[in-house]
Amino acid sequence: MPRPKRKAAVPTRSSDADSSARPEPKKPRGNQFNRIDQLFESYVNKTLGLIDPEGIEALCNDVNVNHTDVRMLIFAWKMKAEKQGYFSKDEWRRGLKCLGADTRPKLKKAIEGLDKELKVPECFEDFYSYAFQYCLTEEKQRSVDIETICELLNIVLKSEFPNQVNLLVEYLKVQNDYRALNMDQWRSFYRFFKEVDFHDLENYDSSQAWTVIIDNFVEWLKEKEKN
Amino acid sequence: MERKTIDLEQCWDYMQKGITKLMKILRERHDEFMLRELEERWITHKVMVRWLSRFFHYLDQYFIAGRYLPPLNAVGLTCFRHLVYMEVRDNARKAVITRIDKEREGEQIDRSLLKNVVDIFVEMDQYEEDFEVQMLEDTANYYKSKATNWIEVESCPDYMLKAEDCLRRERERVTHYLHFSTEQKLVEKVQHELLVTHANQLLDGVRALLRDDKVEDLSRMYRLYQKIPKGLDPVANVFKQHVTAEGTALVQQAEEASSLVRKFIELHDKYMTYVNDCFINHTLFHKALKEAFEVFCNKNAAATFCDNILKKGGSDEAIEETLDKVVKLLAYISDKDLYAEFYRKKLARRLLFDRSANEDHEKCILTKLKQQCGGQFTSKMEGMVMDLTLARDNQMKFEEYLRDNTHGIDLTVTVLTTGFWPSYKSSDLNLPVEMLKCVEVFKEFYETKTKHRKLTWIHSLGTCHIIGKFEPKTIELVVSTYQAAALLLFNSAHKLSYSEIMMQLNLTHEDVILSKEPNTTTISPNDTFEFNYKFTDKMRRIKIPLPPVDERKKVIEDVDKDRRYAIDAAIVRIMKSRKVLGHQQLVLECVQQLGCMFKPDIKAIKKRIEDLITRDYLERDKENPNTFNYLA
Repeated sequence: MPRPKRKAAVPTRSSDADSSARPEPKKPRGNQFNRIDQLFESYVNKTLGLIDPEGIEALCNDVNVNHTDVRMLIFAWKMKAEKQGYFSKDEWRRGLKCLGADTRPKLKKAIEGLDKELKVPECFEDFYSYAFQYCLTEEKQRSVDIETICELLNIVLKSEFPNQVNLLVEYLKVQNDYRALNMDQWRSFYRFFKEVDFHDLENYDSSQAWTVIIDNFVEWLKEKEKN
Repeated sequence: MERKTIDLEQCWDYMQKGITKLMKILRERHDEFMLRELEERWITHKVMVRWLSRFFHYLDQYFIAGRYLPPLNAVGLTCFRHLVYMEVRDNARKAVITRIDKEREGEQIDRSLLKNVVDIFVEMDQYEEDFEVQMLEDTANYYKSKATNWIEVESCPDYMLKAEDCLRRERERVTHYLHFSTEQKLVEKVQHELLVTHANQLLDGVRALLRDDKVEDLSRMYRLYQKIPKGLDPVANVFKQHVTAEGTALVQQAEEASSLVRKFIELHDKYMTYVNDCFINHTLFHKALKEAFEVFCNKNAAATFCDNILKKGGSDEAIEETLDKVVKLLAYISDKDLYAEFYRKKLARRLLFDRSANEDHEKCILTKLKQQCGGQFTSKMEGMVMDLTLARDNQMKFEEYLRDNTHGIDLTVTVLTTGFWPSYKSSDLNLPVEMLKCVEVFKEFYETKTKHRKLTWIHSLGTCHIIGKFEPKTIELVVSTYQAAALLLFNSAHKLSYSEIMMQLNLTHEDVILSKEPNTTTISPNDTFEFNYKFTDKMRRIKIPLPPVDERKKVIEDVDKDRRYAIDAAIVRIMKSRKVLGHQQLVLECVQQLGCMFKPDIKAIKKRIEDLITRDYLERDKENPNTFNYLA
């Protein structure tokens, strides 16, 4: 499968901070490898040689997790899957090795517990950026449309910042300045939620390097508060 | 004569007695009398001491000196000091101060008396402690109460007159009978009480002075406050507010642009004179004037004004001077590039329709603009003027060509270089046969001169002279090319509908501009137009104007676009050389670089940065989100 060439917008230190890079000095045993491959074969689309959306659907049924669940996204992240809706053999192997799963029940258990993987902040940031990346389906695409952004925000950030996400999504839907956002703007959301207290907006300084959409969002919030 | 030897002891006695007697006298006298007595006694004492030391000179020099004892005149001083001075100093001081206050009130006093008494203090080396401190405090109190009174009662100009007067007198006082070292301190005290404490109320007065053009009083105000540290700042501020208010009022009453700009120039001249004369060219006031003008100077007005001047005629010097002033005003306009665009558009019109009064003037103003704003500002416009000169030559050659080839047409063509001129819409007008021929002929001619150039015809700017054979009389109509084309259609038909006209001419709605063909004011597709045979006018030749086109919006759009490119270019330039830069720094440098053309909006810069990130020119630093890295 042709890998789309991208400039280094993907965080390059992901390999360092990735919690899945557990020290694994030992090579997987032949058996384990085989079982992983067999699992792959059970979902693969024979003509493509990849697991396609149908296969993923089947997987989701087996592990009893909805395909819109954040854990599937985390799963894709673990695999470092490049193309949305498809898993290659290498990616599959990578993912399952990380999870230490080589049978269906083990896989099911592992995926169920995936949301705990994000506890470490560096991991979360990496995952957060990945989530955006994953939505860039076309070659040379640099931005993701607002609709998708809103969905993504709900999936990825809602558990940690429920109020903020709701407000931001509301704003994104009413504003007209942007139809789509780039990675830089996406990242700025998380940073904003982390660093700025919504109850203390007076201290927000728009002369700093916040993205314009965040500046506008703060203004909108302030207006809303007044009314 | 008998020599009488006088015992040293006896001398001492005599002296003591003399002094005690003196003291008695002094205690009994008061005020002026006491002072007089003191003065007299002091003088006498000094004389006595001098004589004594002459008498005892030998002893003084050889006996006393050897024993490290003080010489006689020193002793004399010390005696006086201990026995007299210490006792009387308080009273003396009080008396002197009272006299001073009386003089301030206008009484005549004996100045030499005071001088001598003050000298005592000086010689006793107690001037500052025993006299000056008190005197200064008294002065402060005196003027404090005066000021409180005057500020209520007097008008601002009168108050200042009084203040100036007081200061002058106090200085005089020092020269006459106080120690010179007092002058500085004294003046400061007076200034403080009179000018600093009541500064606010006086500033209100300044407003009135500016309103009423009281130049003298303003000069006085300047003189007075100049000596006070930071004294001029509030005055300059009031000045700025006043000028701003006047300028803004002008803008609001704005009639048409050219009179507005003329008024600006007048305003500027008026207040510049103030700055030069009243405020002695002080930088604070120059700055105030500048800031005031920046607030209300209107750019479009300025461009239109230039247009008007250059269109009509007028004596050369007057024009040159006025142009000079307008260009100066330009310094106050922050969005110079917007002005440049307007100017360029109007210049184009002037040049193309030959409405410019004088080419030298055009060149002159361009030189001035270049000096003020740099070559980049004027390069295109200079190109335009040059084009025209070339075009004239070209035309002459074309006319030769026409003569040689006898085509029987009368055509003037101006060839423009695309880059210099504003962009014009060119459209595919279906030219009437007669005109087509002209176009062809010129094309042939041009090919002979230069190859590899593409000619695009801009009919929207052309003019045409048509001879209309109306029934009453023949009238020559001067119309635009489009209008001409429309009219010529009527050569073949009497009546035409709007849509027919459009079709025949191959124009869209926007292009068709109807001249004041009789009987129509608005246009709809099914209207028919009829050639009015009966049309007449008293003139032989009529110029039919085009309806005015509002270019403002377009110009603003164009300039906005250019600005975006300019900001992009500036950001990339800066980042390329610095490689890594913080957000605030970047914005700052951007503003600086672009400042000579316009004042960029911070938000606009931020947006451009974002765009450049998307296009991979920059990236936000991973560690520090307030910093950007240049991506090669």
